[in-house]
Amino acid sequence: MELDPVILSRLQFAWVIGWHILLPAFTVGIASFIAVLEGLRLATGRDVYLRISTFWIKIFAIAFGMGVVTGIVMPFQFGTNWSNFSDAVANVLSPLFAYEGLTAFFLEAAFLGVLLFGRKLVPPWAHFVSALMVAIGTLFSSFWILAANSWMQTPSGYEIVNGQFFAKDWFEVIFSPSFPYRLMHVVVGFFATAGFVVLGVGAYLVRRRSSAEEGRAMMSITLWLLTVLVPLQMIIGDQHGLNTRLYQPAKLAAIEARWDTERRVPLTLFAIPSEKTESNHFAIEVPWLGSLILTHHLDGEVKGLKEFPADQRPPVAVPFFAFRIMVGCGVLMLGLVLLGGWLRWRGRLYDTPLFLRLAQVAAPLGFVAVIAGWCVTEVGRQPWTVYGLLRTAQSVSPSLTTYDVAISLAGYMLVYLLIYPSGLMLMLRVVRKGPEQPVEDPPKVKAGRLHVPVLARAPSLAEGEIR
Amino acid sequence: MTQVLDFVPLWTFLLGLAVFLYVMLDGFDLGVGMLFGLAPDAASRNTMMSTIAPVWDGNETWLVFGGLGLLAAFPLAFAIIIPAVYFPILVMLLALVFRGVAFEFRLRDAKNKTFWDHAFCYGSGVATFAQGMVLGTFIQGFRVSGRHFAGNSFDFLSPFALLTGVALLFGYGLLGAGWLILKTEGSVQAAARRQGRICLIGVLLAIVIVSIWTPSMSESIAARWFGWPNIVLLAPVPLATVAVAWLTWRGFAGEAEAVPFIGAIGLFVLSYLGIAISLFPMIVPPHFTLWQAASSDRTQAFVLVGTLALLPVVLMYTGWSYWVFRGKVRGDIGYE
Repeated sequence: MELDPVILSRLQFAWVIGWHILLPAFTVGIASFIAVLEGLRLATGRDVYLRISTFWIKIFAIAFGMGVVTGIVMPFQFGTNWSNFSDAVANVLSPLFAYEGLTAFFLEAAFLGVLLFGRKLVPPWAHFVSALMVAIGTLFSSFWILAANSWMQTPSGYEIVNGQFFAKDWFEVIFSPSFPYRLMHVVVGFFATAGFVVLGVGAYLVRRRSSAEEGRAMMSITLWLLTVLVPLQMIIGDQHGLNTRLYQPAKLAAIEARWDTERRVPLTLFAIPSEKTESNHFAIEVPWLGSLILTHHLDGEVKGLKEFPADQRPPVAVPFFAFRIMVGCGVLMLGLVLLGGWLRWRGRLYDTPLFLRLAQVAAPLGFVAVIAGWCVTEVGRQPWTVYGLLRTAQSVSPSLTTYDVAISLAGYMLVYLLIYPSGLMLMLRVVRKGPEQPVEDPPKVKAGRLHVPVLARAPSLAEGEIR
Repeated sequence: MTQVLDFVPLWTFLLGLAVFLYVMLDGFDLGVGMLFGLAPDAASRNTMMSTIAPVWDGNETWLVFGGLGLLAAFPLAFAIIIPAVYFPILVMLLALVFRGVAFEFRLRDAKNKTFWDHAFCYGSGVATFAQGMVLGTFIQGFRVSGRHFAGNSFDFLSPFALLTGVALLFGYGLLGAGWLILKTEGSVQAAARRQGRICLIGVLLAIVIVSIWTPSMSESIAARWFGWPNIVLLAPVPLATVAVAWLTWRGFAGEAEAVPFIGAIGLFVLSYLGIAISLFPMIVPPHFTLWQAASSDRTQAFVLVGTLALLPVVLMYTGWSYWVFRGKVRGDIGYE
């Protein structure tokens, strides 16, 4: 692989969006969780919800701040590195981005301040509304950005004049064929990701026995939620796959490493696909199952990569393996949810050490699945930025040299490798501190963000959990 | 294509407004970030941080909206200008990342407090300087062939852009000092008054130099300002600048609490107006006008509907969130 501005710009985009997406994957779900907790607190008056909410708001604040600043990087990538793409598609896509700003970013930002710092300054209902607005903002944001991404994958409602795309029908632009599936798949995935984090943290608090009440509540709420979401996600994923077969058959062929168009294709569990020989090595296959899953018929036809000219095929290995990682994560999640449901039925959910430990280990599973899924869909749609119409290689800014992009990529790598571990460590520190425990006379936190940085009082440290 | 309605003037106004709101709002919090580095102790640093912690995120959102607005309304300008300022944008973004995460990181990471304090201060300064260089490069214009930027990624390095970079450091410092006078008391406020006066001197010097340098670079800009009858019609701009500068100085020197911030905003309005007068109707100086770079009517109309409906709502709830945190920074706000 020769290093040129195109490949380096692709790596840079992958780098900045790969890191960025981890944060919405977490904050979209947590924002809704916080809104629910604030609502429960308002409705029931129970303090445990307040303590859980306050605890998650602290973690949310760190993640959301990181999400904001890594998110500001994203729209500028279209200009700095992909100016030809911007010039070609702006008339169609820019309104979607603009609406994301108008409906989501301002909403999140304005109410975030009140959510984080305003509990004592506004009435409880206004604080709840702020939490709700932040949550709604994250969902609006998902809506618009996935509409834009879906249009790039399955463009519709456009016309091309002199190499530029123009909108003919805005409804078709926004609701392109893959959009409903992608939106549901991603949002449910984000909720599940946050759910497994909360489940894992809850299990950790239960295991540790300090803040066990909060830990049990976290586990209980999220396990119910995940019991619905994980199977739902599998159904949505299946439907999304059928949609991909229809609109992006080359991507599906790469995902399955199918080289020849056939009926009654097997399901390839594992293989080493070779683009050179156009075949798979060491394949482990289950007969007929491929057609059944991909087409819902035993003798359904699945297109192979050889149907497409070599310069219109995506790379095979990345979508193939990433897809298996994503599905593997889903299967593990389902297993954990079923185990949890069974333990709950037996009344042993909170005192089965193995399950608590498993739940804790599984906390990052959603992030793995999100990144893997993103690799499937984004590598699988290569070599196009607008599927079938605009090539990635023709989308890059013409003024850039290899050195320019090498320098910027190095800059993004250095900065992200510094801030992400720092952010993670800080969030883990908040987790270790645990929710604040009720005391008779809560000490005044002097001057808010001020002399802090240690807000937690000694009691939670007394359990010997210092690491 | 038959032109029924011309949306370009309205979009010029809206984009101008968005960019100005960004400059004013993130200007003061970037300015507070820079002055933060000069604070003598942790208590003052924390007070300064508290004045902007609840609002910085909203302020920075105007940058995103400005960028996306440019893409939506004048995509050709976006596709030429942004690659032309590749490195200033890169540096600005990385600096904004650093200072943005510092809000949370410095609080909870007791051990590394010093590092994130520095990240906040230098990040604010570097982002400001980079924005100033983007402005300077924009005023000087771009090398263009066809629909592409035809220069190289180091074109931005010029004495004029360095000057505008430094000028913006003083400018945002001035806004930051004005904001701190509004929001704090005692020693922090007193320091802001001193620093604000130094920034004001820097800003005024920069305004004078830029006002001489810009017309000397371009005959059309010189003709715009000094031709007849423009020299009379546009005279109020420099005259008002002198008056506002004097009022601002009095505000910083005296007891007034709101005048310094309002005066600083006034100077930004006038400088902004001055740049607009010099460049209008160019959006990619000296190659493309606003009309030539505009997106299709359909696109402009579609975004306009939402913008006109939603922007007032955005301004309303943003105003509410400022109102919640009104007055001097109180000792007892913060995390529950």
